[in-house]
Amino acid sequence: MSTAKRKKLLTGPILLSAVKDSFVKLNPVTLLKNPVMFVVEIGTIIVLLMVLAPGYFHAEQSMGFNITVFCILLFTVLFANFAEALAEGRGKAQADSLKKTKQDITANKLVGTAIKTVSSSELRKGDIVVVSQGELIPGDGEVIEGLASVDESAITGESAPVIKEAGGDFGSVTGGTRVVSDEIKVRITSDPGESFLDRMISLVEGAKRQKTPNEIALNTLLISLTIIFLIVVVTLRPIAGYLGIALDIPVMIALLVCLIPTTIGGLLSAIGIAGMDRVTQFNVLAMSGKAVEAAGDINTMILDKTGTITFGNRMASEFVPVGQETEVDLTAWAAISSLKDETPEGRSVIELAKKLERSYDSSLGDGGEFVEFKAETRMSGIDLRDGRSVRKGAVDSVKKWVLSKGGQIPGDLDSRSDDIARLGGTPLAVAVDNRIYGLIYLKDTVKPGMKERFEELRQMGIKTIMCTGDNPLTAATIAREAGVDDFIAESTPEDKIEVIRREQAQGKLVAMTGDGTNDAPALAQADVGLAMNSGTTAAKEAANMVDLDSDPSKIIEVVAIGKQLLMTRGALTTFSIANDIAKYFAIIPAMFTLAIPEMEVLNVMGLGSPSSAIISALIFNAIIIPLLIPLAMRGVSYKPMSSSRLLGRNLFIYGFGGVVVPFVGIKLIDMVVSIWI
Amino acid sequence: MGTLQMVVVILILLLLVKPVGTYVYHVFSGEPNRTDKWFGRTENGIYRLIGLKQREGMSWKKYALSFILTNIVLVAFSYIILRVQRGLPLNPNGTSDMEQTLTFNTVISFMTNTNLQHYSGETGLSYFSQMAVITMMMFTSAASGFSVAIAFVRGITGRESVGNFFEDFVKAHVRIFLPLALLVTLILVGLHVPQTLKPTLEVTTLEGQAQHIAIGPVASLESIKHLGTNGGGFFGANSAHPFENPSPLTNVLEILSMWMLPAALPYTYGMFAKNKRQGWVIFTAMMTLFVLLLGLNYYAETRGNPAINALGIESSQGSMEGKEVRFGIPQSSLFTTVTTAATTGSVNNMHDTLTPLGEITPLALMMLNNVFGGKGVGLINMLMYAIMGVFLCGLMVGRTPEFLGRKIEAREMKLIAIAILIHPLIILVPTAGAFLTELGKGSITNPGFHGMTQVLYEYVSSAANNGSGFEGLADNTSFWNITTGIVMLLGRYVSVIAMLAVAGSLLRKNTVPETTGTFRTDNGLFTGILIGTVLIIGALTFLPVIVLGPVAEYLTLR
Repeated sequence: MSTAKRKKLLTGPILLSAVKDSFVKLNPVTLLKNPVMFVVEIGTIIVLLMVLAPGYFHAEQSMGFNITVFCILLFTVLFANFAEALAEGRGKAQADSLKKTKQDITANKLVGTAIKTVSSSELRKGDIVVVSQGELIPGDGEVIEGLASVDESAITGESAPVIKEAGGDFGSVTGGTRVVSDEIKVRITSDPGESFLDRMISLVEGAKRQKTPNEIALNTLLISLTIIFLIVVVTLRPIAGYLGIALDIPVMIALLVCLIPTTIGGLLSAIGIAGMDRVTQFNVLAMSGKAVEAAGDINTMILDKTGTITFGNRMASEFVPVGQETEVDLTAWAAISSLKDETPEGRSVIELAKKLERSYDSSLGDGGEFVEFKAETRMSGIDLRDGRSVRKGAVDSVKKWVLSKGGQIPGDLDSRSDDIARLGGTPLAVAVDNRIYGLIYLKDTVKPGMKERFEELRQMGIKTIMCTGDNPLTAATIAREAGVDDFIAESTPEDKIEVIRREQAQGKLVAMTGDGTNDAPALAQADVGLAMNSGTTAAKEAANMVDLDSDPSKIIEVVAIGKQLLMTRGALTTFSIANDIAKYFAIIPAMFTLAIPEMEVLNVMGLGSPSSAIISALIFNAIIIPLLIPLAMRGVSYKPMSSSRLLGRNLFIYGFGGVVVPFVGIKLIDMVVSIWI
Repeated sequence: MGTLQMVVVILILLLLVKPVGTYVYHVFSGEPNRTDKWFGRTENGIYRLIGLKQREGMSWKKYALSFILTNIVLVAFSYIILRVQRGLPLNPNGTSDMEQTLTFNTVISFMTNTNLQHYSGETGLSYFSQMAVITMMMFTSAASGFSVAIAFVRGITGRESVGNFFEDFVKAHVRIFLPLALLVTLILVGLHVPQTLKPTLEVTTLEGQAQHIAIGPVASLESIKHLGTNGGGFFGANSAHPFENPSPLTNVLEILSMWMLPAALPYTYGMFAKNKRQGWVIFTAMMTLFVLLLGLNYYAETRGNPAINALGIESSQGSMEGKEVRFGIPQSSLFTTVTTAATTGSVNNMHDTLTPLGEITPLALMMLNNVFGGKGVGLINMLMYAIMGVFLCGLMVGRTPEFLGRKIEAREMKLIAIAILIHPLIILVPTAGAFLTELGKGSITNPGFHGMTQVLYEYVSSAANNGSGFEGLADNTSFWNITTGIVMLLGRYVSVIAMLAVAGSLLRKNTVPETTGTFRTDNGLFTGILIGTVLIIGALTFLPVIVLGPVAEYLTLR
C-alpha cells in the first residue's frame, strides 16, 4: 500500500461504519469479551430501568439526574466500542482493497502436456500452471521453469516489477500478482483459502485476532481491579446504611464506573489492533500479535551482512598510490578508466573522485574505446584516442599486462595490495601502458545511518550479531565500521541456528531476517523471524513476519513498534489507575455531604454541588476515552533511550499526569455543569 | 523528647537489620556456615526422630501441602486440648473446658498467627493450655510463616527449588525462635516479668478486701508472643498489663522483639537475590510508609481529644485515655504502629480509645498488611506489590515486564489477582454482612461512626492475621467467633498458597539477562513506584470505609 493510499484509509466511510459498529457492539454477548465495559453496560441497564420504571424504584424525585447518568454511561460504552470499531475499520478497509485483488482468476493448468483452462479455485497444491505476459498468477507457488518480471504492487504497493526465476531464492510468486513480461511455469504450493493473500486478508481484517499473552495478563489485572471496586461499592451500601446514610443506586453505579479502569478497558483492544495495523502499514505482515509483542522483548538481533548492513556491492573507498606516483594522478587515471564503466564498481570510482574533489581531464576519454571486463583478462579500461591504454583490474592481471608492455612493478605494490586484502577489501590496480599508478581500495560499504541505528539498539539493550560468509578479518572490519556487537564470519545457515539456540538458552529472545530456503530453520527457531517477500516460500512459511518491501533492515523498526505497543498499554493503564485519586475526591464527599455536612472539607476541588460533582466525574471518565483514541491508535512516542530515562519520562507524563489531569478536568467540567445544576 | 524516644528505637532497629538479616540468610541459604556447628547436632537429632533423612527440595505444591498438613495436625491437637483442659494437669485454678465456637476461633486464631483473643487468659485457659496450645502455636505458626516466606524468596530469586518445608520448619525453631525466645525470656524475668506455675495469688488489701492477682508463666509467653509476631497476651489486658510489660525498658524490648525479624527479612531477601539493593528498596518502601503512619498517629494523639480539650481540661499530655502513664504518648504510639505493622497484635494501650485520626494508623497498616508484616507474610505481600508495580510500569519501558530476570505473564498475574482480591473481600464483605444482622450490630458498644470502626477493625485485624482487638466490641459470641475464624483462615492460607504458586511458576522460567533495556528494581525510582502501587492499589480500596469511620468521626467530633 502506498503512502497516499494508506492515509486515505482513515476517511468518512470508516468513521461512519465505526459509529454504526459502536452501537452493534452494545450487544452484551459481544461485550462480555471486555469485562470492564460489560460491568459499565450492566450499570447502564440498571439506571435505564430506574428511568423507565421510576415508581418501582421510588426514584421519581431524581428523574433528571438519573437520565443524565444513563446518558453518560451509555456514551462511555459507546466511546469504548467506537475506539475498537475504528481500529478494526482501518484493517477492514485494507482487507477490502486486498479482496478486490482476489477475484476468480482463470488458470492455464498443465495436464500432462496439454493445457486446460480452469478456475483458480479448482487449483490444488502440486498443480502446475503456465502464466504468460499480462496474465494474473492464479495462486501462490514456485517458479519451476522460465524467468519473468512480475508486478507485485497489489500486495506490496511497490510499482516496479520484480524478476522471478526458476531455482534459487527468487522463485516464489504470490497469487493475484501480474506477469508483465515473458512466461513462467509455476507449481502451486497452497490450496484455496490458505494462500498468502487469504492469510493477509484475515490478518488485516483482525478476524482471527487472538489476545496476546501480555494482553491476557493485563486483562487479568483489570478484571481483578474491577472486582475489587465492585466489592468496595456493593459493601458500602449496608455500611453507610448502618450510619443512616442512604446511597442511591445511580450514585453507587457512578462511583463504580469511575473507579474501575474504564479508560484502559475501553482502549485495550484498540491499542492491540492499532499496533498490528502500524506494522501492516509499514508493509510488514505479522502473522500474530504475539510476534509483534515478542519483537518488543528482543535481546539479540541477528543480521546478515550483505544487503542488511552493507550495500552488498563493493565500492571504491580510497585511492592508494604506489611507488613514486601521486594520489592526484592515480585518481585522475582511475576515473578516466571508469568513464565508460557502467558497473557499480566503476561508477563508485567516479563518485569517489567527485567526493574527493579531484579534477581530471575527462575529455581525454572522448572517443576512446571502452574495453569491457572479461573473465579471462580480469581487467577493464579504455583505449584513448592518443593511443594510450588505461586499465584497471585484478592486481595480478594488471601486473602481467604491464610487464608484457615492458614496464616496472613498484616495490610496494604487493605489500599495499595485501594490506587491502587483509582488511577485507578488494584491491584494483590502475595502470597506463607500462606504468602502474596505484590501487583502488574497493570495499563493501556500510549503509548510511546503520551505525547510529546500532547505537540506538544498544541503548535499548539489544545486542546485534552480524552474520557473513566473509573471512574473519573482513568480517571484523565491517563489524567495527558498522558498530555491531558481535559477528560470525564464514557463517553457514547451521551457524545461525547454533547462535540462536545459544542465545535462547541464556533466556534471550532472538530476532533475525532471512530470505533463502536455507534460512528457514533459523527463521523458525528465532522468536521473531522476518522473511523477505522476495524470498522463498519455505522462508516465508517459517517466519512469523513477512516484509513486503523485502528490506531486511526493517526488523529494527518492527522492534520499535513492538516496544511502542507495550509502552502504550502500560502508559494508558497507569494513567487510568492514577485517575482514581481525583475521582475519589470528587465522588466521596458528594456521596456523604448531605448526611454529614462536615464532609465538605474533603471537597478539595470545590465542586458546585453533590450532583454536579458526580456528573462531572462521570463525564470526565467518559470523554477521556475518545480523547485518548488518537494516542491509542498512534502509540505513545518512542525514542530509543535507556530504560531508566524512558521510565522516568513516561512515569512523569502518564503517572503524575494521570493524577493531575482529572483534578483539572473534573473541575473544568464542573464549572460548566454547575450552571445547570 | 517524645520524638527522640521514637527515633532512638528506630535507630536501634536500623542497626539490627543487617546482622539479623545476615543471620537469617545463613540459617536458610543451605550453604555451610558456622551456625551448623552450634545447632547441627540438635537438628540432626530431630531429623532422625521424625524420619526426615532425605531433605531434598520440594515442588511448590508439595511445600504448600506440607505446610497445610502440619498446620491441620497442630489445629486438631490444640482443639482437643482446649475442649478437655479441665481434666488435664496443670490447672490449679480449675479452669473449665472452652466452648465450641470459642475453641474454633481460638485455635484458628493462634494457628494463623493472628492471636485474636475472644477469651480472657486469666480465666479461660489452664496453665497447661497456655503452654501446650498457646505458647506452642506461637512458635509453630511463626515458624510456618517464616518458612513459607523463605520458600517464596527462594522461588523468585531462582534457587534450585523452594526448599524443604520440614527442614525450614525445624531450622526456624532451632536456630531462630527457640534461642531468641530463651534469651528474651531471661531478660524479661530480669526486668521483673513473672515466670511461675503457682496459682493465682490471693492477697488481702489494706482495706481488708480479698484480691485475686493472676500470675503464671508469663515471661516465656511474652518473649515468643513478640518474637513470633503473635500478640496473644497472657492476660486480657495484653501488654498494657504491668506483669506483661512492667516498664518502658520492657516496652522497648518488646517493640524490638516483634519488629526485628520482619524488618530484617527484606535484607535476607536481598542476600538471596544476590543484590542487597533489592532488599533495601523493599525495606525503604516499608520504612517510609511506617514513618508516615507513625507520624499520623503521634500527631493525632498528642493533639488530644477536641471534645475533652473543649471542656477546658488540662491536656498538654495529649489524649491519655486508654494509655498507660508509664509509657506516655510516644511509647504508646510507637507500640501501636509497630504492633499493627508487624501484625503482632499485642497492645500496650487500648486502640478503641485512640483519637479518630490516630485510629487510621493501625487500620491502614493492617489493610496494607505489607509494612514489615509479621512472620514473613509482610515480605511476601510487599513483593507481590513489587511484582504488580513491575507489571504496570515495566510495560512503560516497552518490554514484557520482568522481575529479578523472570517474565511476569498471565499465570503469575492470575495468581496475584487471587491474592490481591482476597484481602478486601474478606474485610469488606463480612463488615457489610455484620451490619445487615442484629447478631453483628448488637455487639457494637459505641454506635455511630466509632461503632462502624469497631466492626471494621475486628475484621481487618482478623484478615491481616494481626489479632489486636479494638476492644469495646462484645465479640465472644458464636457469630463473631465463627465469622472471624473463617476470615482468619482465608486471610492466612489463600494468599500464601497463591504466592507460593507464583514462586513455583517463576522458578520454572528462564532468566532474562539484564541489559540497559531492563526495568531496574533496585533503585530509588522503583522505591517510589512501589510506594505508589501500595497506596493506589492497596489503600484506595479502603478509602470509602476509612472516610465513613475514622474520618467522619474526626470531622464530627466537637
